[in-house]
Amino acid sequence: MNRSLLPLVVVLVAAACTGRSPAPEATTTPAREIVLMTHDSFAASDEVLAAFEDETGARIAILEAGDAGTMLNQAILTKDDPIADVLYGIDNTFLGRGLAEGIFLPYESPLLDDVDPTLLPTDVDPDHRVTPIDYGDVCINYDATFFTELDPPATLEDLVEPAYRDLLVVEDPATSSPGLAFLLATIARFPEDSGYPWTRYWEELVANGVEIAPDWEQAYYGRFSGGSGEGDRPLVVSYASSPVAEAYFGELDEPPTGVVVDGCFRQVEYAGILRGTRREDLARRLVDFLLSPTFQEDIPLNMFVFPANTEAGLPEVFVEHAVIPGSPLGLDPELIDARREEWIRTWTEIVR
Amino acid sequence: MSRPGPALRTLAAVPLAFLGWFFVYPIARISLLALAPGGRFDPTPFAEVVTDPGIRSVAFFTLWQAVASTIGTLVLGLPAAYVFARYRFPGRRLLRALMTVPFVLPTLVVASAFVALVGPGGLLGVDLQGTVAAILLAHVFYNVPIVIRGVGAFWEQVDPAVGDAARTLGASPVRAFRTVTLPLLVPALASTAALVFLFTFTSFGVILVLGGFEHATIEVEIWRQTVAFLRLDVAAALSLTQLGFLAVVLAGYNRLQARRAVVLPQRPGSRHLRTPRGARDLGAVAGILGVTAAFLLGPLVVLVRRALLTPTGFGLDNFVALTERTTALFVPPVEAISNSLRFAAAATVLAVLVGVTAAVVVARDRGALGRGLDLLLMLPLAASAVTIGFGLLVSMDRPVDLRRSTLLLPIAHALVAVPFVVRAALPAMRAIGGRLREAAAVLGASPWRAWRTVEAPLAARALAVGTAFAFAVSLGEFGATAFLARPAAPTLPIAIFRLLGQPGRGTIGPAMALSVVLLVLTVAAIAAIETLRVGGDEL
Repeated sequence: MNRSLLPLVVVLVAAACTGRSPAPEATTTPAREIVLMTHDSFAASDEVLAAFEDETGARIAILEAGDAGTMLNQAILTKDDPIADVLYGIDNTFLGRGLAEGIFLPYESPLLDDVDPTLLPTDVDPDHRVTPIDYGDVCINYDATFFTELDPPATLEDLVEPAYRDLLVVEDPATSSPGLAFLLATIARFPEDSGYPWTRYWEELVANGVEIAPDWEQAYYGRFSGGSGEGDRPLVVSYASSPVAEAYFGELDEPPTGVVVDGCFRQVEYAGILRGTRREDLARRLVDFLLSPTFQEDIPLNMFVFPANTEAGLPEVFVEHAVIPGSPLGLDPELIDARREEWIRTWTEIVR
Repeated sequence: MSRPGPALRTLAAVPLAFLGWFFVYPIARISLLALAPGGRFDPTPFAEVVTDPGIRSVAFFTLWQAVASTIGTLVLGLPAAYVFARYRFPGRRLLRALMTVPFVLPTLVVASAFVALVGPGGLLGVDLQGTVAAILLAHVFYNVPIVIRGVGAFWEQVDPAVGDAARTLGASPVRAFRTVTLPLLVPALASTAALVFLFTFTSFGVILVLGGFEHATIEVEIWRQTVAFLRLDVAAALSLTQLGFLAVVLAGYNRLQARRAVVLPQRPGSRHLRTPRGARDLGAVAGILGVTAAFLLGPLVVLVRRALLTPTGFGLDNFVALTERTTALFVPPVEAISNSLRFAAAATVLAVLVGVTAAVVVARDRGALGRGLDLLLMLPLAASAVTIGFGLLVSMDRPVDLRRSTLLLPIAHALVAVPFVVRAALPAMRAIGGRLREAAAVLGASPWRAWRTVEAPLAARALAVGTAFAFAVSLGEFGATAFLARPAAPTLPIAIFRLLGQPGRGTIGPAMALSVVLLVLTVAAIAAIETLRVGGDEL
């Protein structure tokens, strides 16, 4: 036999032998570990996560599974045999799909009493299959240095005025979560059956020179002129907390950007216990932990969204600069789930 | 032809059961999803595929990038194919072997190499990631070896005397080439072009990494519709549409192959080789080889360099970092190595078992069973890896739930590898028991001696080549794996993909290091094939 084959045979035999060891899942998930599935934007302080381990003796293994939609789809595609115990980061634009697919187990956390009641999706989820953990508002941001003589827009309607021609950049709702939120805001504000439907609003936005970017990064850093943006458009769809982030990371006394508080869409992120988990008790404790002030107070500076627990204190920079829109827009999660694709397709035809 | 005997029929049950369960059945489930999403006939998913402007532009892009890649590949590959076909020079065999390397590389290694070359912070200083240029460059890099090998080998066997004769009769060199040599090359050119077209049409990993948001092939769109939008019916309709199209292309390719066999050449090729003489000849040969070698080997050198690059110079930091867990991957990247080896070992066993039994049946039975099996075996090739992965994903819940089984990935890899194993084993299986045995008997060998000295080594070598093929295919498989791998047990390509997908988190260096590991493992497997093959030629 040819000598050169020997190494290959050795590798094969060695590999075949290791193949008899227990299934990979079992080796990486010992009894005292709980898997938290979340999206790629998840961030938390190590010492905060360690607090859970001190409390329960179980380590939290974070499984980042792509953007929010991809994460949820992965949970759905593996639903009889979940790859995690708890899912965190499904938002109200995807909640309908998650609930309809039946991937969550009901759990009513004792800490729900401290949660802002407007965040509870009571209509669609009376048995608490999901628990609100954080929220944030998607709003138009403006470059404060640009709007010195001209006032920043005050309403969504202003954006179709000639004064704001060629100033706005938005994200593609097909590929971007804030982009979708903004589209939903316009649908909530300009209902289809009204005299001025959202489709007409978007036609006018297009006529007024709105620019489309594929995702938030390219819109904010690439096309927006304010703050850390390097483009030339002074208006962008971003978050109500973006100016706070600008002040925090730029170590500035005043943020270089501002928020248009009209026409904001509220995104609420929920956590839920995945059906099929073999550690339901531990999973419940993890949901409690996510709602506890320890974790909740760690949220703002890590993910730049607001804690759902009203007892949780806000960091200094949020207290100083954060803007929380008084009456954000929202839509029924089941309606969103039923019509999302159709809306996006209609939108694509309008802007194309 | 007589009906196949019971032994042969029993043997045929192995590949038939495997392909039936893991290929035909999943395709049936895909068809059901696409044609009857709600339980009864409903062509809406197809209507959507046809009318959705987004999907139409994906189809258009898939087609034109494949055509452009094919043309680019031929333009860059033909001069080198000519040099290898006509000239003798020192290091010819080694250089040709090296130039074959890109073709056997896993797609994620190619993608990594081009990120290192023309990605953000790449060596060339231009960031082409997300552009068509990056995609076409990677495709040409990937496929030029097919031209050098496929057209080159054929060209080598075309007797230059034919062209010389034309020139003696007064034709200019251009005219002689155009009217005599080129027509002889057409079958080889056409079948090579068809193959390159097929490969680039179903490109997945390269596009996913280098194509950014805007560029998607049908393969990428199937993946996106599944994981990003959960529109399984649309993904299924896309899968079926592509399957139909590829089957047509593949049938065309097979006809070309058949015709090509008819025109086969006159004399063994190496006799026509000449040494380059004179400054012009020498310059042209050196120039063509230099440019081609730089294009084919440069990206790999850049990949290795990037893997060794650290913030403070060169070192093994990126390799050391493979033992650390990052947010990009659920487990330390180093675990992907043992996962991949383990999956590849299991996939190899399956693929060799299925492939060799199939090859025996196809070689022995010239009737409907053998021919039908031969055709069935080629189908996974037309189906594309993404369709195989998608099909297993949507079908393995019933009748036995295999979705959690650690065998699911090896099964998928074996499906992708089986056509290759069959092709490797078939010639030997045809020879065994046939004329070789008769020749040995005529020369006075007993049946036992004939088996031991002639047939057994032949069978062993075919088995070994098939083994190495299956192993290499499994190591690099990405399209099917992307649908089936679980986060706790990523393979090397999956780990590389995840690491590459998180720019700004310091995972690009480790991604390059892991790509180098995969590169080395693959090249080792391929080197084994080459050595065994060469031995086979000498038989």
